[in-house]
Amino acid sequence: MGSDKNKLLDAYRRMKSIREFEERIHVENTTGEIPGFVHLYAGQEAIATAVCKHLKDSDYIGSTHRGHGHSIAKGCDINGMMAEIYGKKNGLCAGKGGSMHIADFEKGMLGANAIVGGNPPLVIGAALTAKVQGTDGVAVSFSGDGASNQGTTFESMNMAVVLQLPVVFIFENNGYGEGTGCDYAVGAESIAQRAEGFGLPAVQVDGTDFFAVEAAAKEAINRARTGQGPSAIEAVAMRFYGHFEGDPQAYRSAEELTQLRETGDCLKIFRDKVEAGKHVTKADLDQIDQEVKSVIDSAVKAAREADFPTKDDLLTDVYVSY
Amino acid sequence: MTQKTIREALNDALRQEMRRDNNVIILGEDVAGGHGGTGVIDAYGGPLGVTKGLIGEFGANRVIDTPITESAIMGAAAGAAATGLRPIAELMFVDFMGVCFDQIFNQAAKFRYMFGGKTRTPMVIRTTIGAGMRTAAQHSQCLYHMFTSVPGLKCVMPSNAYDAKGLLIEAIRDDDPVIFFENKLLYDHACDVPDESYAIPFGEANVVREGHDITIVAFSRMVHIAEEAAKTLASEGISVEVIDPRTTSPLDEETILESVEKTGRLVVVDESAARCGMAADIAGLVAEKGFSSLKGPIIQITPPHTPVPFSPPLEDAFIPSAATVVAGVHRLLK
Repeated sequence: MGSDKNKLLDAYRRMKSIREFEERIHVENTTGEIPGFVHLYAGQEAIATAVCKHLKDSDYIGSTHRGHGHSIAKGCDINGMMAEIYGKKNGLCAGKGGSMHIADFEKGMLGANAIVGGNPPLVIGAALTAKVQGTDGVAVSFSGDGASNQGTTFESMNMAVVLQLPVVFIFENNGYGEGTGCDYAVGAESIAQRAEGFGLPAVQVDGTDFFAVEAAAKEAINRARTGQGPSAIEAVAMRFYGHFEGDPQAYRSAEELTQLRETGDCLKIFRDKVEAGKHVTKADLDQIDQEVKSVIDSAVKAAREADFPTKDDLLTDVYVSY
Repeated sequence: MTQKTIREALNDALRQEMRRDNNVIILGEDVAGGHGGTGVIDAYGGPLGVTKGLIGEFGANRVIDTPITESAIMGAAAGAAATGLRPIAELMFVDFMGVCFDQIFNQAAKFRYMFGGKTRTPMVIRTTIGAGMRTAAQHSQCLYHMFTSVPGLKCVMPSNAYDAKGLLIEAIRDDDPVIFFENKLLYDHACDVPDESYAIPFGEANVVREGHDITIVAFSRMVHIAEEAAKTLASEGISVEVIDPRTTSPLDEETILESVEKTGRLVVVDESAARCGMAADIAGLVAEKGFSSLKGPIIQITPPHTPVPFSPPLEDAFIPSAATVVAGVHRLLK
């Protein structure tokens, strides 16, 4: 059972890393040292972690403006991510992308994408590469409930079905597209039900339950990997913070905001489940909490101390050759 | 050497590059045509016949008919390019960029810079441009100026079959996103085209005709209009140099500036736009870097600031003609 224990601890470490990363940015953002927009993933950690658990480095994901969680789940270097968010030269994108454009192609991370509905067309392209080259590669598109309403998403689901591409569309329904509720903005009964209308298998799962997402993702990714075409998963969870850092969230009631962490904390839910089992103790998890905290501490310290790009970097890498 | 039309030269280039590299694929609407119908496959071979016969040689896994779904086509090409293929996506008419531009200018064009130089996006978007077929406001524009203004994209617009083949081969081998603009009225234009494969580097203008009184810079089909005007002007004793930049991004500034230094007079003939188009761009370039050579104002010959009209007399009045170019030169020399 050692391997089961390790898998659970790995999953927890990854989820906790995302949580700690986001909570810390929430604090550091108030210092004024982090430039620009930041959108936090806290509350949705179980989804990215449970999906990416089934992926290899050679599989691809496309992400959103709320992309830190997907990046960590897919294996992006935390120090490189933090440096990028601080706009430093040693960041994953050399300081030219920032929070909304973190990418690491070697880890199969095709990029956070600041256009809502921007990634699904790109992700079906990565799936097309796998199909044309005859590999068993899989591509996964992470979208929010907001992007589920975009035409690019509809086009991508249809083309994925027409060309039978090895792709999985994950819709993370966190209740709000910016400041507008999903119940208002999604015309269909559910995002999963609408996805099904495009001719692909679609399920809705509890996105705060790591194990529920893990099971659904396993089935969908296996379907893609074995040439049985695309699928969709709607995972319902709640974001702990606003649309962006600094969002006063007037569109959410005080009751909702106070209940978020009591009822919708995927880490708590995970802990309760695994601590009730045989393999994992509270001490195991507390130790991970400490280790993760120190990883994030040192990432912030290193990012603060790192150099900014120089003016010479302004003009590089527009083209491969020009 | 064999005479080939631009249509045949492009088909040559596609076939030869697909034979050379299995990662080269084609995707778009009706690039073969006929799937799901009651007739034959390869019914169209591309809406204007450029990709005819390719599905027969390379199969449906590499010549991919898509639904009418431009965002998905452009995005899939960009995503496939970033992960190992060299896709050639077809945007049937450049006018359709309105429904898919995000995937081109926010996604493909920016990957390399935004991701810190770690990715390559070797994709080509073939698209058609040009008024003159009575296809009205949404199927007749040139629009290459809009793509030229986007850092990260390269823009190519051949005016003859020799250039069409060599530039398309260069585009397919290039590691950046390239937009390849084909003028609908030029597909049957023929000249000598070698059977073997060859590439023409980007950013090297072609001096189509040498002269010493006036420099005319023209793009795509307007090169032929400029040549026609140059012949008329020659009969009046006016010697015209005609320059076809062939690519607007990168742009061969040097050849243009050297020519203006010699002639002292510049006319730009451009079908893209009256405002903020290539004519304005070239005029700005020469005003800034070649001002001391100029003996008179820079003349911009463009369509008016209107949509492309449908009715034949209106469309004929819209498109720059040899007569308007000659009149422009006369104005300049007066």
